[in-house]
Order: sequence, then structure tokens, then C-alpha cells
Amino acid sequence: MFEQIIFYSFGTMLLLSALMVISVRNPVYAALFLVLAFFSTSAIWLLLRAEFLAIVLVLVYVGAVMVLFLFVVMMLDINLARLRAGFMRYLPAGALVALVLAASMVLVVGGEGFNEIRESGLAERGPAYSNTAELGEALFTAYLYPLEIAGAILLVAIIAAIALTQRAKRETKAQNPDAQVAVRRQDRVRLVKMSSERDSE
Amino acid sequence: MLSNYLPILIFLIIGLLMGVVMLALGFILSPRRPDAEKQSPYECGFEAFEDARMQFDVRYYLVAILFIIFDLEIAFLFPWGVVLDQIGWAGFWAMMVFLGLLTVGFVYEWKKGALEWE
Repeated sequence: MFEQIIFYSFGTMLLLSALMVISVRNPVYAALFLVLAFFSTSAIWLLLRAEFLAIVLVLVYVGAVMVLFLFVVMMLDINLARLRAGFMRYLPAGALVALVLAASMVLVVGGEGFNEIRESGLAERGPAYSNTAELGEALFTAYLYPLEIAGAILLVAIIAAIALTQRAKRETKAQNPDAQVAVRRQDRVRLVKMSSERDSE
Repeated sequence: MLSNYLPILIFLIIGLLMGVVMLALGFILSPRRPDAEKQSPYECGFEAFEDARMQFDVRYYLVAILFIIFDLEIAFLFPWGVVLDQIGWAGFWAMMVFLGLLTVGFVYEWKKGALEWE
């Protein structure tokens, strides 16, 4: 009962904040509402006993991805009026995407796996139960191949981000502290033995 | 398991209440006599020069994106560390391959000078 109250309050918060994301006019507010939506989702995942995923959602999405989003939205020189202009023109494409998303959600939620969970219910675990350990065991025994694929995708992301943003060679000069420290007296000072230019009188 | 998280829920509720009560008290109790001068934007006493939005060096985003990628790597390391006893050598080497892939990316990033800031 208590759990249901929590679920419905976070669910309501999630839906309202998601609605605000797409309806507020100021994109900074939209990004902040998206943060709230992530927090509510994380609470719901926690209710589903997925504690590790819930915390990772907060750490990665709220802590890193949304900070990047906010940064882009706040700083970037975007013309807000122009962004809003094409609403009717993009409506068919947007509606199509929404339809596909809704259909795939129905397929997933109505699918086999979900029915199984719905019928059996969530198993009640003691306070010592660690969802992280269970997840780790599955990830590093049964799902090794997808794990490596994830690593390869992250590698692609690193290289793509660098390739897209690195421009031509830098022109500014920088110090090389390593070489500076390693320098010896002989490299810098040359003592020249020479006879005096003028005879002393 | 969920009972472990009850303190966090209580903290959330208290934090929410604190924020709402403080804002509401300020809203209710504070005197408000706005005029045109008070509400005009200012910047150290003079008119604002320009819009705060402007073109930014893309390298700021590069650093942020690279941070997210390595953040995800750490997220994978955590469950691995928890179950290292149970998963055996296969799991250990799987993670080494995973880390190796990302190290390739890290070396590339280093050599490309993506981390350098002049």
C-alpha cells in the first residue's frame, strides 16, 4: 500500500515533468524538467528493485548528460524563434516517430517477459539482497558479448567526438615542461676558449 | 531491500518541504514594490552589453562528452568489482578487453591532443 502511494506520486511527477519538458517555452526550464523526470524515473526503478540502475541513472544522466545539455542550451547561440517556426512542417514526421515509439512500447510492455513479471510479482528480498551483485553476475557471465559491443560503441563515440571537433593543427606554441626540466647546463651554455682580442698593454 | 532506502525518501520529502516552505515564506512575507528601474536588467551598474548566448569553443563539449564516456566506463566497473569473486577469470578478462578498448580510445585522445588546452 505504502509502496503504491510512492509509485503513484513519483509516476505523477514523472508524467507532469515530461509534459512540461515539451511544453515550456524556455529551453533551460525544459532541461531542468528533464532532470526532474530522470529523478522520478530513478525512484520508479528503485521501486522495481533495480537499485544499481537507479543510481547510475542519477549519476550518469542527471550528473553528466543533463549538465552537458544545460550547458549547450544555456550557452549556445540558438535562435529560439526560428526553432519554433517549423512546428507544423515537422508535425507529420514527429507524429510518425511518436507512433513508432508508442507501438514499440506496447510491444514491450505487452510482451512475454512483462507478463511473466506481472504474474509472478516482484520477489520480496531481505535487506541484505544486492541487486548490483546479481546484475554483475548476469553481465559478466551471460552477457559478455554485448558488454564488449558496448565497449566498442564507447570507443566509436570517443573517436567520433574527437574527429568531429579537432580542427587543423594548433598554431599557438606551448611549453614542454618535460624538456624544460630535463635540460642540462651543456645544452644551454657554451664556454668558448679564445684568446683576448686586444693585447694588454 | 526497499526498506534500506526509506531514509532517502524521508530526506527527499524534507528537502522538498524545506525548499517549498522557504520560497513560499519569501513570497508571502516579503514586501514587493516593483518599478521599472528595479526590474530592468543590469550588469555591474550599467546596461547589459549583449546577449549571454554566443558562439562557444566546441572543445568545451568535447571535454564534457569524453567525461561522460569514461563515466560510463566506471559505471561498468562497479558491478564487476562487486562480483569479481564469482565470475572467475572469464569475467576478469572480459573486463580487461573492455578496458583495453577504451584505453585505445584514451591513447587516441591523448595523442590527438584533445586534452590539451592552450
